[in-house]
Amino acid sequence: MPSVCFYFQVHQPMRLRHYTVFDKDERYFDESKNAAICKKVAQKCYLPANRLLLKLINQHRGRFKVAYSLTGVLLEQLERYSPEVLSTFHALAETGCVEFLAETYYHSLSFLYSRREFIEQVRKHVAAIECLFGQTPTVFRNTELIYNNDLALLVEAMGCFDAIITEGADHILGGRSPNFLYRPKGCRHTKLLLKNYTLSDDIAFRFSNRDWTEWPLTAGKFGQWVSAVNGSGNVVNLFMDYETFGEHQWEDTGIFEFMRHLPDEVLKHPDNDFMTPSEVAGAYESVGEVDVPEVISWADTERDLSAWLGNAMQSGAIHELYRLEKKIKRANDERLLDDWRRLQISDHFYYMCTKYFSDGDVHKYFNPYDSPYDSYINFMNVLDHLQSRCRRRAVQDAAGGESAKRHAAQMSATS
Amino acid sequence: MGRNNGGGGLRVLMLGWEFPPFISGGLGTACYGLTRAMDQLDVGVTFVLPRMVERQYVTHVRLLSPGSRAGESGLQGGQVELQNVKFRSIASPLQAYATPAEYKKRVAESVRLQRELAALLGGDEVRGGQDYSGDLSEEVNRYASMVVDLARREDFDVIHAHDWMTYPAGVAVAGVTGKPLVVHIHSTEFDRSGEHVNQVVYDIERQGMERAGRVIAVSHYTRGIVVSRYGIPAEKVEVVYNGVERNGQWSFVDTSIKRDEKLVLFLGRITMQKGPEYFLRAAKKVLDVMDNVRFVMAGSGDMMYRSVELAAALGIGHRVLFTGFLRGDDVQKIYRLADLYVMPSVSEPFGIAPLEALDNDVPVLISKQSGVSEVLRHALKVDFWDVNEMANKIVAVLKYAPLRMTLRNHGNFEVRRLRWKDAARNCIRIYQEMLVAV
Repeated sequence: MPSVCFYFQVHQPMRLRHYTVFDKDERYFDESKNAAICKKVAQKCYLPANRLLLKLINQHRGRFKVAYSLTGVLLEQLERYSPEVLSTFHALAETGCVEFLAETYYHSLSFLYSRREFIEQVRKHVAAIECLFGQTPTVFRNTELIYNNDLALLVEAMGCFDAIITEGADHILGGRSPNFLYRPKGCRHTKLLLKNYTLSDDIAFRFSNRDWTEWPLTAGKFGQWVSAVNGSGNVVNLFMDYETFGEHQWEDTGIFEFMRHLPDEVLKHPDNDFMTPSEVAGAYESVGEVDVPEVISWADTERDLSAWLGNAMQSGAIHELYRLEKKIKRANDERLLDDWRRLQISDHFYYMCTKYFSDGDVHKYFNPYDSPYDSYINFMNVLDHLQSRCRRRAVQDAAGGESAKRHAAQMSATS
Repeated sequence: MGRNNGGGGLRVLMLGWEFPPFISGGLGTACYGLTRAMDQLDVGVTFVLPRMVERQYVTHVRLLSPGSRAGESGLQGGQVELQNVKFRSIASPLQAYATPAEYKKRVAESVRLQRELAALLGGDEVRGGQDYSGDLSEEVNRYASMVVDLARREDFDVIHAHDWMTYPAGVAVAGVTGKPLVVHIHSTEFDRSGEHVNQVVYDIERQGMERAGRVIAVSHYTRGIVVSRYGIPAEKVEVVYNGVERNGQWSFVDTSIKRDEKLVLFLGRITMQKGPEYFLRAAKKVLDVMDNVRFVMAGSGDMMYRSVELAAALGIGHRVLFTGFLRGDDVQKIYRLADLYVMPSVSEPFGIAPLEALDNDVPVLISKQSGVSEVLRHALKVDFWDVNEMANKIVAVLKYAPLRMTLRNHGNFEVRRLRWKDAARNCIRIYQEMLVAV
């Protein structure tokens, strides 16, 4: 009786504008580019996919369910550039068949660099979801499904989550199936939902690949594969980027048609059903422990962090960024804090990755830069300016009201 | 290793240019690299090149075997033995990169020297200078007829001519012998002179390309010019990228440039084509936001004095060092000291120097208007005219060690894939296709 558990990742980064060492203003982000991309993806993916899923949920009267993880930075952009997408998410929330997951508001790598910042961002995200959709997330997923034992312990200690979602990487399972729930090593009650990467990637990556022996993939065929799990698993976790629909797989590949028929095909078999992650966590027990001492992610075949932190530029840039945390938080300046946090969006570091670049596979991912070097230079120029704002704040705070004025007067007199 | 390529038995009459150590630019380096690789692939090469008549030579044609002493002839490729290469030098003042005006000056100077020398030695056994034509295109034709004389006594299958001054010779030899001709475009008149093309030079280039069975361009950038500006059918023009010779020597040399200073290097001929002005304007912007940076311009050329003046006019004269033309060890030394190599070329058919810089572990910033930017991923790229962005990138390289490190590591690795052997294999394939067609 496998339960099919869909969770879609929905995220758009805030791309930086071209910012040189000679720029001195506080406009770091490319408003027009971000707006254009947000609107384009809304038209191609978010709106048609939301409308389709809403229709399917209504048709199946509560038997078809899905979950989303909407990043905070996506929600902000939808509010600004595509409010109609937000209203379709509201409609989905009201069906009662849609669950929203918790993650770091800024889709950041903060877990790896600052526990304090990580917790603050998760709380901020939970608050945003509560405010927008009137439900409190009880399942956590970390950026890019980055995970290890420590993450599980930290999330359990936060006391508000029942389950965590991560990648069903072969090496952490050691031959066991991802189609069961597991217990993270060291945790008492937290459950682990593992992505069935084979079936997920059949949809997300291979769907339109004509060299694939299973092409074309029909809903009927996929329904049979799901049913085949009967007896050897409780749940089939299908986790993927929402942009799979219409953006990674274009509409003319038939991806929407596939989805339109999938619920019927899955529910044909009387033992199958759909569940959201929290329902899965409530319905099934952990069958064993999973020990993940090293950090994993859902990226690439390596399932590691090399896409974000694989070269000296990436690790250098992120270290410099997190080194500012104390100063930023001491400054007590909302704009400064928000700019700093927006720089934590993991995509900024992904753009600096040299491993795809070397293979010539530049277009593997939508990248606004010509090269990882350009992206690093741009990021560092912005970070440098952010640092100068921090320093200015510190000088002002140290000098205090009256003397600050005197200082400013002196500065303008000497320059 | 190269014996499986099927190059064995093939003989090429290569009409080329200077060999190390007498090298003033990329053309000589390319001729050397390609010839050496062909030698390794068992292709027989008769390498013909123009040489200024030297005092001890009395005949027009001087035969130099690979065994002749390198110091004297300057024709042997460093310490490397070339098994299958014969050299033939022809007395001529032709020189790579000459313009008609420069040529006139040079010949006049040479004739004067020869006369003085003859007067000093009290005889007339020194010849040659008198035979030169004071006009470059005439000299090119005179050279062509001498190459034809020489070619009658040589055995070869294909003629391969490098850059315009040898094209008439190539065309003439092809006409007399009926052997197929390949012309190899290392630069065009549009690269050298912008829009102020010399019509005579342009005509010679175009005739060479039209008469040749195949045209080899050093990049797609150059191939585009050959097709659009010279009207050569695209299917006749092929791209063969240059390679780079790996050096791998490491010697730390102390110099007077202090190491707490960052060093940004321009290395190449200081001519309009190489964009020295953009380098200096970017330098000015860098120095506006950074101290302790020294800009070194290594090379000579007709824009040298104007560049010195421009540096002074920009108020950065004390931060820009002009070293003049560097060769051999001095080039290695300056690479060892450089934090960044900049090639701001306005129009660069290929550009071997950035590859050499990477081979010496120096990160590079190159203009997008260069052929080499087609083959290098791990390089910073900028439009030559965008001095703001050029300065932005220079500052970043100087400021951020992780950027230097990543560029250096990946760039050095990448450059190893560009090998002269691959260029030679491509040329051999082109020869074979032409021979089948004949």
